[in-house]
Amino acid sequence: MPQLVVQGVTKRFGGLLAVHDLDFEIEERSIVSVIGPNGAGKTTFFNCIAGWYQIDAGTITFNGMPIDKLRRDQIARLGISRTYQNIRLFPEMSVTDNVLVGHHHFLRSGWLRSVLRTPGMVAEEIKAAEEARRILEFVGLRGVGGTQASKLPYGDQRRLEIARALATQPKLLLLDEPTAGMNPAETAQMTSFFRRLRDELGVTILLIEHEMRVVMGISERITVLDYGEKIAEGTPREIQSNPRVIEAYLGRGAGGGAASSQQPAASSDGAPAE
Amino acid sequence: MRQLAWGRVIRIGLIGAVTTIFLCLVGIVPTFHARSLIEGLVSLGQAALVLALLGTGWAASGAVSRGNSGAVVAAALAGAIAGAGLTALVVVGSVVDLREIFLPASPAMYEIISYGQGTVGAVLNIPFGAVIGAIAGAVRIAPLAVRRPLLTGMAAVLFMGLFSGILRNAMLTTPLQDLARLLFTAQGLTVLGAVLSFVLFAGIRELWFYTGLRRRIKDLPPARRRALSVPAFVLLAVVVIFLPQALGPFVAHVIAIVAIYILLALGLNITLGLAGLLDLGFVAFLAVGAYTVGLLTSTGEFGIAQMSFWAALPFAVIIAMLFGAFFGLPILNVRGDYLAIATLGFGEIIRILAGSDLLLPILGGPQGITQIPKPIDVPPNTFLAGPNQIYYIALAFAAVVAFVALRLRKARIGRAWLSIREDEDVAEATGVNLVQTKLLAYMLGAAFAGLGGGIFAGLVGSIFDSSINATVSINVVAIVVIGGMGSVPGAVLGAVFLIGVPELFREFADYRFLFYGAALIIMMIYRPEGLLPTRFAARVLHAEEGGVEGAVLAAGAAGDGDKA
Repeated sequence: MPQLVVQGVTKRFGGLLAVHDLDFEIEERSIVSVIGPNGAGKTTFFNCIAGWYQIDAGTITFNGMPIDKLRRDQIARLGISRTYQNIRLFPEMSVTDNVLVGHHHFLRSGWLRSVLRTPGMVAEEIKAAEEARRILEFVGLRGVGGTQASKLPYGDQRRLEIARALATQPKLLLLDEPTAGMNPAETAQMTSFFRRLRDELGVTILLIEHEMRVVMGISERITVLDYGEKIAEGTPREIQSNPRVIEAYLGRGAGGGAASSQQPAASSDGAPAE
Repeated sequence: MRQLAWGRVIRIGLIGAVTTIFLCLVGIVPTFHARSLIEGLVSLGQAALVLALLGTGWAASGAVSRGNSGAVVAAALAGAIAGAGLTALVVVGSVVDLREIFLPASPAMYEIISYGQGTVGAVLNIPFGAVIGAIAGAVRIAPLAVRRPLLTGMAAVLFMGLFSGILRNAMLTTPLQDLARLLFTAQGLTVLGAVLSFVLFAGIRELWFYTGLRRRIKDLPPARRRALSVPAFVLLAVVVIFLPQALGPFVAHVIAIVAIYILLALGLNITLGLAGLLDLGFVAFLAVGAYTVGLLTSTGEFGIAQMSFWAALPFAVIIAMLFGAFFGLPILNVRGDYLAIATLGFGEIIRILAGSDLLLPILGGPQGITQIPKPIDVPPNTFLAGPNQIYYIALAFAAVVAFVALRLRKARIGRAWLSIREDEDVAEATGVNLVQTKLLAYMLGAAFAGLGGGIFAGLVGSIFDSSINATVSINVVAIVVIGGMGSVPGAVLGAVFLIGVPELFREFADYRFLFYGAALIIMMIYRPEGLLPTRFAARVLHAEEGGVEGAVLAAGAAGDGDKA
């Protein structure tokens, strides 16, 4: 059974159909990308899964459990975690504390025990701190635990966002344009890091990405959205030669001609047709 | 040499002129003239004008490039313009009767700013302003070794002059009587007192820097430094304990109120400082606490239980906490400006309810609940008599609140609060239950406010609907904001400045909110993080203290070691 099943999901903003009657499935431990032109509804789709939006129609089930009526923190507890298109850390908090917020729902100490600093609470905190350090090391952030999150360089902030998401021990990780603003070397590093996430931690990865090198390089399957609807789905090879995808990216009329060229959507979206 | 920015200098001068005219027309100069800073030499009113002129010169000197001798010229020009403002005021005042609009524009006021010499005297303000401005300008560009002692000394004289009455009274009760008579008069400092204050404070500060004492203390190993801080803490504790005894009953009452506000501010610090939830109706919980203690302890008409203060206090805390939850629930999803308005409304609801006819048979309305016994029954003139005991009780509880806040800050709950403050949506998506976490913040803040209210009832001995006032809430918010969000020393300093100082200068009560507003605006422009903000680095500095954060940092250090 697929890990996440999305059926007939619709999200409206006033008269705008941001996501329309969308069906989608993702298998456990797979890496899947969602692509599409700007405004295609990719982030809205993420927001529907992670509980940021109440959906207007359809159902979303995660490991067989309906989640479309749940709050964000409940969804996080079930094992869906995410990052954000524009980095959203807790900027004034330390790097370690950012990760520890991700641990929040594993920790039990209430306010009274925290005030009294009972041995159980101290043991729990030490364990959590150790775990946080391990996660930070895993994402490649070493020795910066005490730094203020907003003082980190850009790439490290992206890593910290992933570390925070990992701290919630997700089964499904939603990454919203995780390589945006990175140079090619960093992007390549990130790409192999995503594969490590899946291979070593067993996390399913759902990715919104504009960088086609990343998408084509690591995705096992790709879903293409346009105007809130799924226009194509398949392996990278299938998507590259799909005329509807080419049309969506390059505009009407370009489809026929470009279908013969082998990499129609090789650069980021909106690239002029050649 | 850079061209002087004459336009800016003139503009600064004009701002200075407006300031001096304002100080006169709102009555600060004539009111403050009644008290002297240095007996027979400078009144507080004149000092205010001189400060304005100094500020003008200082600003003008900064408007031109550094180290430029033109800076002094610019400062003198700006000072002269500012002084000319006073001249113009006298001239205009001799033609038009400004009293119709500005009541303080009395002949006495003109007398002050024209040195009793009419228009001729008023013209003197121009060269006078130029000289003062030039002095400020020269000081600003002077080397640090000159500038620092001058500024320190001036601040010291101002401070000693302002507090001369209190210091004198305190010293008169001790063997230092003769010294007190030498340094202070009933009105202000003596010339000798002023000179001594200047030299003493400037000297001590310079010694502090020159002997390298500061550097040496900073460079000490942490263990030694902590050992050094022990006597400092003992000294501080002694001062804190004997402060009300030394300063007499009036000041003791004031510092008891300050202590209660410290407690309230630390309570709000949890809601506002940690969780970032603005609460402009904080007084509601204070009212709940005060009325609970009143009802349960009063031996008068409305008392229902005649309990002791200490038996009633836990009820005050618990009931305030319940109100916190009750008020917190409907506003869980309200944010920002709307939250401010909603909480302000809660405060008003409680105030109106307390004074309403509906609750008149229970709460006594405007007559209030009276005959609330003191927490500790001791004969007058003993160590714990009167407001003294309230001061100690409030401070002790404030310490408890500070401790709780500090501990929670470094625990799961505190991190959840901070994450909500930083980004509520992301906090929830990271697994933080907003309902529980926010409610706990409201409830703890309310509980401490209820505690403060109960102690307040014990201090005053009565509670009326008029004691519940939106100004109380605003005072507490202002203390937290000016002191520095989430900062314990900030709350103490903020309460001293915003509550203590205005209470001590009752004679200038009319200008209380003027200074308040000015202080808030200046703070928001120049120091939005507050007077004593929590430093992020503090967390790192406390690393070696062991415990939980020690473990965290040890882990961090281990990471560093790996890297090296």
